[in-house]
Amino acid sequence: MLPPRFQEWFAARGWTVRPHQTALADARDESVLLVAPTGGGKTLAGFLPSLIALSQKTPKMRAKSLHTLYISPLKALAVDVARNLDAPIAEMGLSIRVETRTGDTPAARRARQRHAPPDILLTTPEQLALLLAHARADQLFSGLRTVVLDELHALYNSKRGDLLALGLARLATLAPGHRRIGLSATVADPRPLQRFLMPQKPGEEILSRLVRGEAGASPKISISASDSYVPWAGHLARHAMGDVMAAIGKSKTALIFVNTRSQAERTFQELWKLNEQNWPIALHHGSLSPEQRRKVEAAMARGALRAVVCTSTLDLGIDWGAVDKVICIGAPKGAARLVQRIGRANHRLNEPSDALLVPANRFEVLECNAARDAVLAGELDGERLKLGSLDVLAQHLLGMAVAAPFDADALYEEVRRASPYAALSRADFDAVVDFVATGGYALKSYDRYARLRKTSEGKFRLAHPRLAQTYRLNAGVIVEDPMVEVRLQSRGRPAGGGGRRLGQLEEYFIEQLSVGDTFVFAGDVLRFEGLREDAAYVTRSNDSEAEIPSYNGGKFPLSTFLAQRVREMVGAPERWIHLPEPVQEWLRIQQWRSVIPQPGQLLVESFPRGNKQYLVCYPFEGRLAHQTLGMLLTRRLERLHMRPLGFVANEYALAVWAARDMGGLDMGALFDEDMLGDDLDAWLAESNLYKRTFRNVAIIAGLIERKMPGKEKTGRQVTFSSDLIYDVLRAHEPDHVLLRATYADAGTGLLDIARLSDMLARVRKRIVTRKLDRVSPLAVPALLEISREMVARGEVDEDILRDNEDSLIADAMRVD
Amino acid sequence: MWTDLGVTINGETLLLDTSGAAFWPARSTLIFADLHLEKGSSYARGRQFLPPYDTLATLSRMRAAVLRYNPGRIIALGDSFHDGRAAERLSPEARDMLSAFACEFIWISGNHDPMPPAWLGGTVTAEWSEGGLLFRHEPQEICRPGEIAGHLHPCAHVAKWGRRVRRRCFAADGVRMVLPSFGSYTGGLDVGEEAIARLFGPRFHAYMLGTERVYAMPRIQVGRRNTTDDIQPISSAITTAARP
Repeated sequence: MLPPRFQEWFAARGWTVRPHQTALADARDESVLLVAPTGGGKTLAGFLPSLIALSQKTPKMRAKSLHTLYISPLKALAVDVARNLDAPIAEMGLSIRVETRTGDTPAARRARQRHAPPDILLTTPEQLALLLAHARADQLFSGLRTVVLDELHALYNSKRGDLLALGLARLATLAPGHRRIGLSATVADPRPLQRFLMPQKPGEEILSRLVRGEAGASPKISISASDSYVPWAGHLARHAMGDVMAAIGKSKTALIFVNTRSQAERTFQELWKLNEQNWPIALHHGSLSPEQRRKVEAAMARGALRAVVCTSTLDLGIDWGAVDKVICIGAPKGAARLVQRIGRANHRLNEPSDALLVPANRFEVLECNAARDAVLAGELDGERLKLGSLDVLAQHLLGMAVAAPFDADALYEEVRRASPYAALSRADFDAVVDFVATGGYALKSYDRYARLRKTSEGKFRLAHPRLAQTYRLNAGVIVEDPMVEVRLQSRGRPAGGGGRRLGQLEEYFIEQLSVGDTFVFAGDVLRFEGLREDAAYVTRSNDSEAEIPSYNGGKFPLSTFLAQRVREMVGAPERWIHLPEPVQEWLRIQQWRSVIPQPGQLLVESFPRGNKQYLVCYPFEGRLAHQTLGMLLTRRLERLHMRPLGFVANEYALAVWAARDMGGLDMGALFDEDMLGDDLDAWLAESNLYKRTFRNVAIIAGLIERKMPGKEKTGRQVTFSSDLIYDVLRAHEPDHVLLRATYADAGTGLLDIARLSDMLARVRKRIVTRKLDRVSPLAVPALLEISREMVARGEVDEDILRDNEDSLIADAMRVD
Repeated sequence: MWTDLGVTINGETLLLDTSGAAFWPARSTLIFADLHLEKGSSYARGRQFLPPYDTLATLSRMRAAVLRYNPGRIIALGDSFHDGRAAERLSPEARDMLSAFACEFIWISGNHDPMPPAWLGGTVTAEWSEGGLLFRHEPQEICRPGEIAGHLHPCAHVAKWGRRVRRRCFAADGVRMVLPSFGSYTGGLDVGEEAIARLFGPRFHAYMLGTERVYAMPRIQVGRRNTTDDIQPISSAITTAARP
């Protein structure tokens, strides 16, 4: 039951208190996970217990410390939630002080927040880590009663989640009586989140209570499909832009989700080509400047926009009441992701959200149908649980030493209360302490420069106060690719100096441009004018052939769960009738020409085309796992003297081509799991993706500094030196704790090795081979990507060198 | 069998090795630039703990090159030690490896190591002139034909298939040559940057270090094509061209 003052407030607003809100208000001091769809008053529910408790005490009765800490994955969300709390607090006349603390909070206010903390502080995992790495953290948190964790599903299974879990473990030491309230969107399995909320004990699984909100109205999901034309490949859905415009026309405000920033730019261009009505359509993605993004968000909040083309930047976050339509272009990738995106329309529980899925090619038609079926059946993808990362632990240990000297035994016990680290071995913990103290090398040459030294009581203390500053400047687990700022200048002025900030682009992309090249960014066609200091200068252009920057980020793989549903749909011809005619025809001809693989099988086809021999397989495991498979297969094919020439991977298939016919090979042996042994090892030694993974680990762990007081490193220098360090470390100490952390990351990250390993185990003895005389229908989409995707033979840099030299010789020897 | 790429500098033939060393067959001399020994441990004083194996890695690669060419003499083109006290920090193993090179040494002094330690033996000098060649640490603005230098740590990149390969390289134009840095932790400066580009004439090539061999690339193929005349080079790139 709510106290009368709260009941009256709900009544005055015309709201009924929902059961899950009452459940939380009644939850006294228990930790609770609230799982509810968007629009159910979830955030308010999370704060009710704190508001009620605080309303029953006058400010004088309260301790001079924080009562409630709220953690959000997005600082914008923290700011928005603070604003939303104003209304109930003011209208009920409560005397409760609410403040936010983010990277943008002025230093003076941060200092004041330590001395005179507010009742409720809203912040992010990174800021919590910084607050805890402070000598007076114990005072600040001694009276803490409640921690509210918002959008927990987006955090718990990531490195940011590790950082947060370690922070919570420390909070449990500083304020043993406090409880946690986790707020989460609907998830397939809430147990890991329930575990995350509770301090764990060795050998036991401690779960929080679970409260489920009422299910919202089932969403309305339609799939744009034409019975006359469905593209074979590509991700832009240019053919369907008319449908998209029509959908915009029928709604007040539409959110148009795409999967990558380059798709966002392209879609934005395409829509404006058709936008004869001049509807206000905006663009929002992570590379745009913060000012630009804030402008779009503000216009959105005012209801001034008809549509926003966006990437995952708007998956989470602020509630925009006006959005009444969500359009998802391209592959949904996962059912949970789709639910999250659909939930961005219509933030009211009882009205159905309205969504349009726009598949860009035939496989995406299958994926969209599978995703819709899953969402309507209320089934969601599970996640592979990661273990707590050792690089994040290293950062945390340094932070703990900054706060106060620590006792290794006690800190080990504390760290294991964090659920991601519950199974951490003492040996790993000690290896990380050793790494933080002196680098953790077998060759003990840095002992006299140690960062941590033992006190007379055997505690580890910081060796130099300057290290506290180093810690603060390097804190956080988000590592960006090296970026270059893009500045717009008016034409005719020399490049350099001033110009409006449009956003940031990967340095990688900028470095491939020559002066005069054009590209599309921030919704404009731009001409590259030059690079000066750390900014790229551009002017407006009207080149219609402009390039679109391709980005490394933003490529989530197809989820394992959805992949399984797509395989089932492909394997069940009776279900094809729901598909558009061109897709049905495509599958029927595949059935006739080759074979339709059953869900548990792996189909491997071989055929000649041109003067090359192809091998195409269909694991449906996502581009990342396929790329890794491609690297490993080409190595094996090389050894089998097949002379592999290249490969291309998409979300569903992998195509390898070679000089020799691979159809006669023993596919069982070729796809044997033992490729994850020596072949993988040999490839990792030179893989750029793996080196990038190492770089991130090295930065998070503090081996390489992001920034140093006074001399800020550019991303480029970090990249270059981390590669050199990687080479030396791998050659001389392959078991070093950072290399182990890198390997753990590679299991799920850019290389998706764990998923590849699962697939190889699953298809053992279930490989179906077909030796064909020409290309099969299912193979066409992959082969069509050959021209548009990069086609290096693996990642072999040597080929790029050789090819550049060869083409040069060819040019030189030409006689025309 | 490896294939060497031969270049002619001021009439003398030099073989370019994939390790970044150059061999002068006429005088049985193997040339290394910018070894920067104990660079890793120099960072430890600032409490940044890079893997302490860079010196051994550098010396192992040196030893491999020596075994390939079996030279009578080694010329180290300066910055052989990362700082004035680097030699004192050498591990016994590293000292043993250095003394095991059974050939004559000429240590050119560099800005990082104006005075290489006496116990190393060999000749210490700022410049060494022999045949058509002049060996010094830092290339001089005014061209002296036959100059063989280091200091600048040249690198080049080529882009293709949406990817970019950056490698250390020899920079040469038939008149003079700058060797790539040999040390394991040494970064590089792009050959398109003014500091390197201005040294060379029209026959300039970057000889990029591959795994299998050295690749010759003319100026148009490499370097910062995106710098125009009125644009300054990126300041950050310059700082990697070591200062003491």
